[in-house]
Amino acid sequence: MTMFNLTTDQRVDKALANNFLRQATRRATDRLRNNKYKASDELGNWEEWRNAGETIRKHVIANLDFYLHQLIEQMEQRGVHVHLAKTPADAVGIVRNIVREHDAKNVLKSKSMISEEIHLNHALEEDGAAVVETDLGEYIIQIAGEPPSHIIVPAMHKTRQQVADLFEPIAGHALSSDTPTLTRFARIQMREQFLRGDIGITGCNFAVANTGSIVMVTNEGNGRMVSTLPRVQITLMGMERIVPSFRELDIMLNLLARSATGQRLSSYTTILTPPKKSADSDGPEEYHLVILDHNRSEILGDKLFRTALNCIRCGACFNVCPVYRQLGGHAYGSVYSGPIGSVITPLLEKDWKKWGHLPYFSSLCGACTEGCPVRIPLHDLLVKLRMRKTQSGHTPQVEQQIFKAYRYLFTREKTLRRALRLGAHLQRPFVRNHRITGGPPPLSNWTKSRTLPMVAPKPFMQIWADLNNKR
Amino acid sequence: MKVSLFATCLTNAFYPEVDLTMAKILKHLGHTVDVPEGQVCCGQIAFNSGYVDDAREVARTLINSFERSEVVVGPSGSCIAMIHHYYPTLFENEPVYLKKAEDLIHKSYEFTQFVVDVLKKPDLGAHYKAKATYHPSCHATRLLGIGEAPLKLLQHVNGLELLPLPEAQLCCGFGGTFSVKMPKISEAMVAEKAEHVLASGADILLGLDMGCLMNISGYLEKINKPVKTMHIIQLLGEGMKS
Repeated sequence: MTMFNLTTDQRVDKALANNFLRQATRRATDRLRNNKYKASDELGNWEEWRNAGETIRKHVIANLDFYLHQLIEQMEQRGVHVHLAKTPADAVGIVRNIVREHDAKNVLKSKSMISEEIHLNHALEEDGAAVVETDLGEYIIQIAGEPPSHIIVPAMHKTRQQVADLFEPIAGHALSSDTPTLTRFARIQMREQFLRGDIGITGCNFAVANTGSIVMVTNEGNGRMVSTLPRVQITLMGMERIVPSFRELDIMLNLLARSATGQRLSSYTTILTPPKKSADSDGPEEYHLVILDHNRSEILGDKLFRTALNCIRCGACFNVCPVYRQLGGHAYGSVYSGPIGSVITPLLEKDWKKWGHLPYFSSLCGACTEGCPVRIPLHDLLVKLRMRKTQSGHTPQVEQQIFKAYRYLFTREKTLRRALRLGAHLQRPFVRNHRITGGPPPLSNWTKSRTLPMVAPKPFMQIWADLNNKR
Repeated sequence: MKVSLFATCLTNAFYPEVDLTMAKILKHLGHTVDVPEGQVCCGQIAFNSGYVDDAREVARTLINSFERSEVVVGPSGSCIAMIHHYYPTLFENEPVYLKKAEDLIHKSYEFTQFVVDVLKKPDLGAHYKAKATYHPSCHATRLLGIGEAPLKLLQHVNGLELLPLPEAQLCCGFGGTFSVKMPKISEAMVAEKAEHVLASGADILLGLDMGCLMNISGYLEKINKPVKTMHIIQLLGEGMKS
């Protein structure tokens, strides 16, 4: 995972220098975004759907203890093993133990962002298990050894040729890079894997509290294979991923599929109410549900950031974000990228040194907030994160001094006039053709790629005062 | 009506002609114009950077200076959005100033919004022959909900051909301190915006926020593209002279 070893600046440079990545990201996000507009317009009253989505999510989060309890009770009554993991390490430990207990050699996975969050694959491989990602995008980045670059489209950044190059060593012969050839190859690989799987690991888009059901949304059907063929199944879920009942699920599935890919419903919506009953012809006999906290409880108790838990991981904010559009996901350095990743990563990981750059990966244009199907005020949350970082003393000294000076001058209009007069004088060495073309940092950050207008010889406040004195 | 001008910190320092023209237009429409002393800035630059305490004092200064104003009008969607969208949070623990902030919110407008929606004067009788395109600034559009007002003003300018701007909804990459804190990302964003402006075929780029226009014009100049950028106020001012 080379991306993780670079500094933020290096990652940004690398992303900006990668024209293919940037073109691919632009194309893919445009397509997803436009599909979403079509699918949401078609409902005729999208804003009401958003209101409903927001209401449901807020209600669940406000009553999360109740619904978690209900979900766990439902699950345990039927013989599902429910595990509560406080930290990513706990979650990894739980899964590791299950894999060891069954002496499982082949672990199949369908797409799970939680497994990325806890860095599960690496740990299982260390134990000697073969871990196979069965979502095509995840399969590609697993072979490449890279983190996902988009929560919905993890291999968005790969060309067909790059995919063919990744597949060739496995195929043992040359592969043409056309899509049918590549998908056929992956499908054949998957088929063999599905039949060999000892344990299936899946994610969870929603858990229905009052029935104890797990809902998975996929487009390749792999989630269905992973959850029917192996004898043992583990489902990983974030503790906030709950809906009260099937009534709310209906609304949330509409919001999710339409916002994520512009589909009315994804190709496969799998609803499991485990474990396998005696009359069922397939399905896992042993079922484990791992519920991850990883500081979500703390976010829940934090008035400023609670709404971040309302997210349904649709990726709509990625597809409208002008920063993500330029960079793709890897430049963020985090498992969750895009606007929502910039919000939740610092909250989940609680490490300003490592993740303090993320709240600044936004021009605060508000497109994310506008695009969110459950109305999370994402750009406001980014500002609040900057505030929290500032208040806990994690911003640079120079920056703190600049804002002290700002506060002094910008509360004293007359003094500012004198300062501006001084500025008009000091700018002279940097002026070419009536524009400022250079200067000391942080001004130079601007002038490297742009010119700046000159400070006016007289500020407006002075001009106005002079005009009125003359009269 | 007695209208108080909010000369934003950016126009005050770099583009005083925008403030001055705004005053002229409002006077031309028959209103009394004043510029209350002591006003400087809405505080957004500090607020958006996380320096809330510093922002609050700057905001307090602004609130104080407009305390006796009937109506406040500024040439920036972003600064007015700061007042409308964030002042309530900024003063949530100060009942006295919260009340004053709400007062200011109720009487403050962005220029195009004020002229079109309050004064109902979309036709200022301006004449300006040019091909132009309009960049809908993010804060004006998304936070203030300004959609039609600037377009209505422009549609009434005689001789002005308004061309569509591709991907107009994309941020130009200014974002206040974002432009110097994340300069490379900001540059990539403004480069794309410039690409769309050039593709529009317009000779003039119009907007209602000098921050965005300063960013886009600064980039266009650096890459030697002769598209002119103007605040809508500047275009109207020029157009009303003839």
